Amino acid sequence: MIILRLWWEFFKIGMFSVGGGMATLPFLYDMSDRTGWFTYDMIADMLAVSESTPGPIGINMATYTGYVTAGIPGSIAATLGVITPGIIIVLLIVAVLDRFRKNKYVEAAFYGLRPASTGLIAAAGVLVIQIALLNVDLYKQSGNLLDVFNIKAIILAAVLLVLTRWFKPTKNLHPIIFIVASAVVGILIF
Amino acid sequence: MKELLDIFTASFKVGLMTFGGGYAMLPILQREVVETRKWVTEEEVLDYYAIGQCLPGIIMVNTMIFIGQKRRGTLGGIAAALGTVCPALIIITIIAAVLSGFAEAPVVKSAFAGIRVCVCVLIFNAVMKLWKSSVIDWKCLVIFILVAFGSLFTDITPVLFVVASAVVGIAISCLGVKSK
Repeated sequence: MIILRLWWEFFKIGMFSVGGGMATLPFLYDMSDRTGWFTYDMIADMLAVSESTPGPIGINMATYTGYVTAGIPGSIAATLGVITPGIIIVLLIVAVLDRFRKNKYVEAAFYGLRPASTGLIAAAGVLVIQIALLNVDLYKQSGNLLDVFNIKAIILAAVLLVLTRWFKPTKNLHPIIFIVASAVVGILIF
Repeated sequence: MKELLDIFTASFKVGLMTFGGGYAMLPILQREVVETRKWVTEEEVLDYYAIGQCLPGIIMVNTMIFIGQKRRGTLGGIAAALGTVCPALIIITIIAAVLSGFAEAPVVKSAFAGIRVCVCVLIFNAVMKLWKSSVIDWKCLVIFILVAFGSLFTDITPVLFVVASAVVGIAISCLGVKSK
């Protein structure tokens, strides 16, 4: 029963990948060795698709693998498999957390956790900036310091920053509008 | 039922317009769940995010499950999980089925180059909002700086940062370090 097997294999990936989508990669290689459902090349393809489509990479990988292996039922089974452990565990944690929410130590732990959370997100933001606004590879080839900066991208970023933070008529628009507009601008200028 | 549907819709939007991994979901999450629907506060988002980081599965999906659960119990959590993954499920299946060269097409590459720039700005804005509700004194600032730089320049797993900062939070409270 390939559908159940897909669900189970991705359940295991969802269970053991802690700390972000890239954590699923080693498990996918292992799955490729054991099941022969897909090749290493297909994992590379999946990565390329995942990076340029919506959604967390772990989900995308599951959907893509499931579809290639067993069509639409496969993609649904694999995707549900990867999120099932999270659903079960979060719901269990909530039951415990609710009981201790007002506990002095739990509150103290969250006091330390919040700036750490913000710090992790800020660090991820810096990585996105490096990919989107800088040309580190081009600079390494040419050695010309000016090549580091992706000028068009930086100008677009500056415009977006003003529109989303300070320009009154646009600053409260839904973020989705800015994302769609940036896609159109990207097609025109990059 | 109507409420479950609303949880699904909000999660669907969070899952839909996110590119290049989970972090870009945050600005949409803040807009849909914190600002428009007022289901949770910025502080709660940070709490859930920190815990979600240490649990199996996908961080942003875990965060949305917490939020859905808070709103409408177990079913709410399940609705949030399904809503968050639904857009990816639909889009990836279509791409796998009909658009084999999708990721390599020049027009797609340019569009995503533009989107990535936008995501930078949106994440910056998201961090500024979170900053206000998390970095409330100098001790928090120290934690923020250590974690941000540690995560950027080392390969230490985020789980360790989360656990360590929780311990530090408890230690600060027990030792009664003054805020000034």
